[in-house]
Amino acid sequence: MLRHNKILFPVLLALLFVMMFAAIAFGAVHLSGADMLGGLQHFFKGEDPANIHQAVFMQLRLPRVLLCVITGAILAVSGVLMQGLFRNPIVEPGLIGTSAGAAFGASIVFVLAADMSVRMKELAGPLLVPLFAFVGGMLATFVVYSLAKNTRRVSIMSLLLVGIAINAVGLSGTGLMSYIARDPQARSITFWNLGTFSGASWLQVFIVGSVAAIIFTISMRYSKQLNALLLGEEEATYLGVDPQKLKWRILVMTTAMVSVATAFVGVISFMGLIVPHIMRIFVGSDNKKLLPTSMVAGALLLTLADMGARLFLAPAEIPIGIITSVVGAPIFILLLKRSKVLQQKGGFNA
Amino acid sequence: MLRTENIHFAIDKKQILHDVTADFVPGEFSMILGPNGSGKSSFLKIFSGEISAFKGDVKYADRNIKSFKKEELALRRAVMSQLPELSFPLTVEEVVMMGRYPHFKFNPNKHDETICNEVMHQMDLDSFRMRNYLTLSGGEKQRVQFARVLTQIWEKPADGYRYLFLDEPLTSLDIKYQQEFLQIAKNFSKNDTVLIAVMHDINLALQYADKIIFLKEGTILAQGKPSDILSPALISEVYHVDAQIITHPVTKKPLVIYH
Repeated sequence: MLRHNKILFPVLLALLFVMMFAAIAFGAVHLSGADMLGGLQHFFKGEDPANIHQAVFMQLRLPRVLLCVITGAILAVSGVLMQGLFRNPIVEPGLIGTSAGAAFGASIVFVLAADMSVRMKELAGPLLVPLFAFVGGMLATFVVYSLAKNTRRVSIMSLLLVGIAINAVGLSGTGLMSYIARDPQARSITFWNLGTFSGASWLQVFIVGSVAAIIFTISMRYSKQLNALLLGEEEATYLGVDPQKLKWRILVMTTAMVSVATAFVGVISFMGLIVPHIMRIFVGSDNKKLLPTSMVAGALLLTLADMGARLFLAPAEIPIGIITSVVGAPIFILLLKRSKVLQQKGGFNA
Repeated sequence: MLRTENIHFAIDKKQILHDVTADFVPGEFSMILGPNGSGKSSFLKIFSGEISAFKGDVKYADRNIKSFKKEELALRRAVMSQLPELSFPLTVEEVVMMGRYPHFKFNPNKHDETICNEVMHQMDLDSFRMRNYLTLSGGEKQRVQFARVLTQIWEKPADGYRYLFLDEPLTSLDIKYQQEFLQIAKNFSKNDTVLIAVMHDINLALQYADKIIFLKEGTILAQGKPSDILSPALISEVYHVDAQIITHPVTKKPLVIYH
């Protein structure tokens, strides 16, 4: 194991910047460095963009790439946190229903807000959507967690099974909302259910960015306690950790940031599984190293995936969730195969 | 000094411990013995702070355990339990450093690292530092865990004693290591540590114990110096076997044989 790879983090960071630059440059319209610089110059002078390329950069590409970077980091970090909490590598917000619950919550506002006046829509949208998403995500997480908990332990098998059920509820709820929606824009939420960054705006970047900044800072403080939890709840207690408190804090933090991101970009599955899985190969399982590297790697990989989503069938776009699922599902199956979840009693001899 | 007073403990109306009172003095190696289900592990979990839903008092040098925060207790009390498993791979070094977690906020300082190195050296773990914990044998894992536990209370806290509790720590160890473990614990404890072990093997316990407590069905049948309390009648009452007590030809300690 390459545990003391001190250059990994700077290398990932450098790669991320290169990737961001590439993601901004390439698209239906190719942008040059001059377009970007010019766009920024005009912006800081408080002027409007001088030409269409600068406008594409400032109003479309840059917010999109930034939202993508932040979302990637959120999904990867939430994967690390949830896996530490459940002491299992096969958990992530998409699988246990958090994202689907958040999407359902967001879709309710989407459809109802469509019936409101234009002014209300502008006011309510950016704040109410993430708020409802958080409520939905929290409800889903809470239901999954309490149903999967039998007496003392949370079994991973039941967690995944209840997760399937809650995912189904969330998806059909979102489907129902899209069905009863009269507004054609709101009808497009089925597409959004597979994740997309096509609607990225600066306001979204600021909201998701500030939530992420706060929660990342707090969660780094818990890396030590999460490590202690790897030994089991009893040992963690002896090391001065209160496992119950820690659990609730981690659950609320992950649900909050995943829900807010989901509210704007939809359900993007498996990122929380793929990134920590790869990063563990490089830095091991010490959360103090795993959290920051996964954060950067998540940002990097999701930006790459989004560039793919825009370029594969350009000028058409593939929902990004399809790309992450194509990559993530095999890794999920690999992890399942490796774990003991599939070797439980019952069934028949094949 | 650790004192437990009139401890009562029940799970779903099933009485696990009944009126257990005992004193543990620093510098003495106390051992708790009893058959399966006698409540000895529950007793340890109560005075170590893992179980809090009990009646009675546990006092760490006259201070009630309930007045300690978990972090505060972790600075003076360490527990070696029956082989904890890890859910993700960590290096041996990372596991041992966990023992210092109660002592630093975010990053270990030089002092924490020195202690870890010292303990790993003492436990013969120098060549294991970068090994993946999950690939170790049961005995090796136990040595790593013991090192972690020792680093946790390597120094005497400014305001009192250290407390080291061992919960049947020798289950997967070879005889050589069993002896070594108890010797290390004994050497470690000196005069400022309350040292208590829950033990399965009575003869191993007799070799090292300064004080023995026999538990059965949640009550104390006898406690005191082994030479004072040990009798065939007591052994038969505790374990339901016929036994004799002879003197170990080499150590001159009592030795229990069954027939």
